[in-house]
Amino acid sequence: MTNAWTDIKNTDLVVIMGGNAAEAHPCGFKWVTEAKANRGAKLIVVDPRYTRSASVSDYYAPIRQGSDIAFLMGVINYCIQNDKVQWDYVKAFTNAAYVVKDGFAYKDGLFTGYDETKRDYDRSSWDYVIGEDGYAVVDDTLQNPRCVWNLLKEHVSVYTPEMVNRICGTPKDKFLKVCEMVAECSSKTKTMTSMYALGWTQHSKGAQNIRGMAMLQLILGNIGVRGGGMNALRGHSNIQGLTDLGLMSNLIPGYLNIPTEKEKDFATYMSTRGFKPLRPNQMSYWQNYKKFFVSFQKAMWGKAATLENDWSYSWLPKLDVPSYDILRAFEMMKNGQMNLYFCQGFNPLQAVPNKAKLAEALGKLKLLVIMDPLETETARFWENHGVYNPADPSAIKTEVLQLPTTCFAEDEGSLVNSGRWLQWHWPGGSPPGEAKTDSAIMAGVFLRLRDLYAKEGGAFPDPIVNLDWRYADPKEPKAEELAKEMNGYVISDVMDPADPTKKVLEAGKQLASFGLLRDDGTTASGCWIFTGCFTEAGNMMARRDNSDPDDTGMYLKWSFAWPANRRILYNRASCDIDGKPWDPSRKLIEWDGAKWAGYDVPDIAPTAKPHDVGPFIMNPEGVSRLFTRGMMRDGPFPAHYEPFESPVVNVVAPKIKGNPVARVFKDDLSQFAETASPEFPYAATSYRLTEHFHYWTKNNHVNAVLQPESFVELSEELAKEKSITNGGWVRVWSKRGSLYAKAMVTKRIRPLTCDGKTIHVVGIPIHWGFIGAARKGFPANVLTPFVGDANIETPEFKAFLVNLEASSGPATS
Amino acid sequence: MFPPIPNPSVDPAAAKARFSDADLIRRSASEITPPAQRLTEVAKLIDVTKCIGCKACQSACLEWNNLHEEIGISDGTYTNPPDLTENSFTLMRFTEWVNPETENLEWLIRKDGCMHCEDPGCLKACPSPGAIVQYSNGIVDFIHENCIGCGYCIKGCPFNIPRVSKADHRAYKCTLCSDRIAVGQGPACQKACPTQAIVFGTKEEMKGWADFRIKDLKSRGYANAGLYDPPGVSGTHVMYVLHHADKPSIYAGLPDHPRISPIVETWKGVTKYVGLAAMGFAVAAGFIHHLIAGPNRVSPEDEANAERLTGVAPSGSTPSDGHEAGRTT
Repeated sequence: MTNAWTDIKNTDLVVIMGGNAAEAHPCGFKWVTEAKANRGAKLIVVDPRYTRSASVSDYYAPIRQGSDIAFLMGVINYCIQNDKVQWDYVKAFTNAAYVVKDGFAYKDGLFTGYDETKRDYDRSSWDYVIGEDGYAVVDDTLQNPRCVWNLLKEHVSVYTPEMVNRICGTPKDKFLKVCEMVAECSSKTKTMTSMYALGWTQHSKGAQNIRGMAMLQLILGNIGVRGGGMNALRGHSNIQGLTDLGLMSNLIPGYLNIPTEKEKDFATYMSTRGFKPLRPNQMSYWQNYKKFFVSFQKAMWGKAATLENDWSYSWLPKLDVPSYDILRAFEMMKNGQMNLYFCQGFNPLQAVPNKAKLAEALGKLKLLVIMDPLETETARFWENHGVYNPADPSAIKTEVLQLPTTCFAEDEGSLVNSGRWLQWHWPGGSPPGEAKTDSAIMAGVFLRLRDLYAKEGGAFPDPIVNLDWRYADPKEPKAEELAKEMNGYVISDVMDPADPTKKVLEAGKQLASFGLLRDDGTTASGCWIFTGCFTEAGNMMARRDNSDPDDTGMYLKWSFAWPANRRILYNRASCDIDGKPWDPSRKLIEWDGAKWAGYDVPDIAPTAKPHDVGPFIMNPEGVSRLFTRGMMRDGPFPAHYEPFESPVVNVVAPKIKGNPVARVFKDDLSQFAETASPEFPYAATSYRLTEHFHYWTKNNHVNAVLQPESFVELSEELAKEKSITNGGWVRVWSKRGSLYAKAMVTKRIRPLTCDGKTIHVVGIPIHWGFIGAARKGFPANVLTPFVGDANIETPEFKAFLVNLEASSGPATS
Repeated sequence: MFPPIPNPSVDPAAAKARFSDADLIRRSASEITPPAQRLTEVAKLIDVTKCIGCKACQSACLEWNNLHEEIGISDGTYTNPPDLTENSFTLMRFTEWVNPETENLEWLIRKDGCMHCEDPGCLKACPSPGAIVQYSNGIVDFIHENCIGCGYCIKGCPFNIPRVSKADHRAYKCTLCSDRIAVGQGPACQKACPTQAIVFGTKEEMKGWADFRIKDLKSRGYANAGLYDPPGVSGTHVMYVLHHADKPSIYAGLPDHPRISPIVETWKGVTKYVGLAAMGFAVAAGFIHHLIAGPNRVSPEDEANAERLTGVAPSGSTPSDGHEAGRTT
């Protein structure tokens, strides 16, 4: 989230699209009801289904799953055509005026530089013209036909209301009503907030869905302001913390990168990370990259990381492929290229697409280690549960070790919520049986490994034997110790260069902010963005003062928000170019002639003069990007692509199937249904229910009572066509698998008409499995395709094709 | 936001119940002298228009009251279990309603449960002294040790709320968490509600809050938005804010004009004495039956239900056998 949950109460319009906040985030949804009740805010829901969010909305518009980009580009087109643009914001705070290289173009669904065999682009033309002064060329008049604004105008012009209707199936009048309501928020005194979740991410073009809305929010001037923003509602408690801490194969904590094979030494690695400003005076904050990186290395290897050994750069793993994401991991497992899989707090047999492939892959492992507080399907993948898990234990050689862990309520630590708040929590109960904290288990594994390396040596013992392990009890690092390390501390005294008798930093002290981090090895920080969370003043995450001066919703004394306790990112953009709030009634910070101050921690240097320094301090431009240059694999503007399994041909680019640069493994390609396949005629989507949390709560009796048995949702029209009765059994199958579930025949799903063709939507909740208190059932991933987003490989769970029929239910033996 | 009810004090004095038998204004099948002054009347306000159907209230009710509901089946609705039971005192009822004026679908979600009528039909119908009581703050409570399981309360209830347990043959329903209210807390459902669709306070406060909500709804085009506090039962201590207050019955059969059945009303009149005579005869007949046929035997089914209730499994059988066998085919 750019903003905070509590800030949603400040909005005038909530748009829930690509999510179902009332269903999946009921507690956070209270801020929507607050905005509605106290500000008269309106709520729009755009979704293939009339959801729980829709049930309390002011306006609902249906959309076919996987067509969000066409819808969003259509709204942008409407705003441009009807001059509903926050011009002062767009001109001052976006790259609208930046001139793009002549080579760049878009035609027939492809941008310049496409290589079909590599399924990748040469992105060199997707960039600005750089002038003789070394800065990007801009045309503040927006007259240059090659400036971003004019390229954008042309790019979105195809997405007319008629085209949106043909692609999305949204009736034209409903689409225009949404446009009208959204466009009102181009006013300086009206804001809109976007609340989205997995409904946008779980597509083969998920990142571009989100960009589409981010661009619209920039055009409306809604980023950095109270009641605005791009608000990703995270799908798991602490999934925000997971990404912050870089628990992905290509990241290290704080959104730094794991080196690639080509970056053989530290100098090479840093050579592409200069982040030289693209416009004069800009902060381009990533210029501090080296400070963050060296401090991370010092937190990892302490004294062993020195200037002489490049801060132990060579001890970091180097990527030979873009990422070892979950889809690649299971592909490799299936191909016998992986022997041991450590599965910590994760149930991939339910959570990754194409269950049959996953089960086959797990069966090829030599050892599977499960760390979980609960019994999971993954831990029992080898067990025969009839139709629900038709495994043959005698044919599976994988050894499975289950290490019971504490659950979140039984240990201490912090959780990072969607609004980037690190909230400390204390144990509410004692762990049962032999359960241990995850850190105790990991410490046990590490200490044994280190002993083995110390005794027996090995191919590469250095990173293990030199790991800094400064915990009072090495067998069980305490949450506070880990938090302090993450925050960072001073390794050796730093003297003031002006006055060598004065200490700037004192060895052993906790750091107060990441602005103090240094690249000379005198500071350590496990995760630079968390610096400030555990300072000499104590554990800032444990703060519980809910005072909120003037009811702004900022709550600066409650917990700690990264970065720097800032509650709204880019908040300098809440003011005009002179530093005065766009909307005085929603002041956040302002320029008082000498410095920035207000209700939130300014997201800019406190004395940076408003006309000089742009609000988007992380970007070398200092402004935000309507055109993302070469930073995304699938284009600098979002373009409509159909899902890999689609009931219709791509209207704007008929030759293109799916996202042209999404990675597809060879064996999986043959398991995709043909476009508009008569064998698999229905457009399916999968989702969560409020009664359950993923695959955990089916273990809990009360949750199982509230939603006991698996079902699929379909329209009355489709039920009639297929002679399916409400509450009766159906069988649903895709090209990858088949499941049985109860039929939920509902008015909440209606057939859509896309380009003259009737499209039936089938909804499949994800929660059931063969373990737990609820009735046995099938998870949705029996059906879903093994393909992910082109940039980050999030699986395409939200749009695929199925067939279905009335059934007498699963055969029971 | 409606001001939240503060957490209870840890001071033992605060845990002292604030009302007792001395606060009763009604007691089933009994004559009592009501207290000279009533406690402040309380109410729970359920704002259907803010409810997202998350069932946190249902979950909190099961947990606070330590109830064990059965895991049912999916029958093609989001209403689980399909009806109120002796273990589910509250239930979210989901209705898909197409508004004939706008042709738009509306998904109406209503939290069903005891309305705590000011004029409680259940209490009036109850023949067992002290099985149903009403406190002067308006809460209608069942005193299970006095319940004879006759089920008259169900007949007397204009909202079809109480359910008789198959295990102990006693009637159960929402207590408005009288145990929590007694120590200054709100009901568990209210505490759990994430969107303040359920709020709790004095009846006057709730009416005022409802007005505030109804103004907002009218501004959004719900011309018939209003408060459901039906006069047929002299008002209720659980009230609804409805978007379509002119048509309560679209909300899963909420009665348009609830009133106590005339049969129950006349119970207090002549019927009562005729009935008492009939009962006298029945006692005599029963005594004669006992002399001839001997005492009743406890059936195996009663035994199993009782075991389930106490959670003790006797040797040779498992308590869940009976239920599982009854449902699985």
